[in-house]
Amino acid sequence: MGKIRIVHYLNQFFAGIGGEEKADYEPEVREGVVGPGMALQAGFKDEAEIVATVICGDSYFNENIEEAKSRVLELVKQYNPDLFIAGPAFNAGRYGVACGAITEAVQNELNIPALTAMYEENPGVDLYRKSIYIIPTKDSAVGMRDAVSKIVPFALKLAKGEKIGSPSEEGYIQRGIRVNYFADKRGSQRAVEMLIKKLKGEAYETEYPMPDFDRVTPNPAIKDITKAKIALVTSGGIVPKGNPDHIESSSASKYGKYDIEGILDLTKETFQTAHGGYDPVYANEDADRVLPVDVLRDMEKEGKIGELHRYYYSTVGNGTSVANAKKFASEIAKELVADGVDAVILTST
Amino acid sequence: MVKEIERAGLPVVHICTVVPISLTVGANRIVPAVAIPHPLGNPQLTAEEEKELRRKLVEKALKALTTEITEQTVFED
Repeated sequence: MGKIRIVHYLNQFFAGIGGEEKADYEPEVREGVVGPGMALQAGFKDEAEIVATVICGDSYFNENIEEAKSRVLELVKQYNPDLFIAGPAFNAGRYGVACGAITEAVQNELNIPALTAMYEENPGVDLYRKSIYIIPTKDSAVGMRDAVSKIVPFALKLAKGEKIGSPSEEGYIQRGIRVNYFADKRGSQRAVEMLIKKLKGEAYETEYPMPDFDRVTPNPAIKDITKAKIALVTSGGIVPKGNPDHIESSSASKYGKYDIEGILDLTKETFQTAHGGYDPVYANEDADRVLPVDVLRDMEKEGKIGELHRYYYSTVGNGTSVANAKKFASEIAKELVADGVDAVILTST
Repeated sequence: MVKEIERAGLPVVHICTVVPISLTVGANRIVPAVAIPHPLGNPQLTAEEEKELRRKLVEKALKALTTEITEQTVFED
């Protein structure tokens, strides 16, 4: 077989087109390598060639998933590649979702082997891990070299149609697929061996990990919203002008609690966003676009709701670890319950 | 975050643009928003139209909070 032909997918940022102000960039294709494609191409040496790079802005993709998918598929199809690679997306959430969605579409609709790569907490992982190959990476582009060294051998294997082994052998993220195989020892013996290891406190590998369904049952509805005390919480980073608590623009380590008593409207003189990773222009111009204080004040006055809670809580959802988000929210929730809040509106960007 | 608030016993509605992410993280009441950088606004509208749009979204969110559900529900129009 000749050189393996690869089409690579990138977002507007990694393609060097621009940051958040260009996140609405519509799909386009360029011949050859772009940006991180160079590192991949270097890894592939003469075995494979990135013949084209498809580029799409992250906001455009996520706000128009179906249309973006079909347009990107059209562009990929023109080059009739042997393999498709998206990303790596690292911990960029919208980029990860785009990479997952397009990898799945190329694989299922064009029947072309495809893979992507991203950080394990990227929301793209949970959405697409069951249907596609995702190579785990570090959480930022600092891990590019490491990512390339994992992607290259796996990609070549996939393109050549070689047998792909288990996730632990090949280094991709578990898809939750069980494969039959012949073991040397019978089940009872394997079970007893595991039990003995467990009793000794040694490490053992279960043959059937229990799925982790962390779901919370919906709470009962509010009976009378006109009596209810409603609180606002946001991961969109809305803070008083100047960001007094210095909430980080990404990977937030804290949240803020802000008094909005007597405030009827968030203005560009008084509030802003601390959030990186999305174009802050619109939120800085009018923070009500993220945190609807103006409307809730009107409704409070009209008696449509009981009251708007005196404090709102805010953090930045950009690349923030799941563990931190969980911790912030459980602290926030405890305070809200203690303050007699009945229901919460949480807004995300 | 939505899940932790729900776990504490408060009904919570998530207004967000990328609904698949909200579904994966486990929000129960979801209202789809306008766009990532301005979930509850649209800078192309006049100020009055924009506020009207925001009001509609908030009303939808309040309706979600007053609707009994048994599983994850996306409140479309």
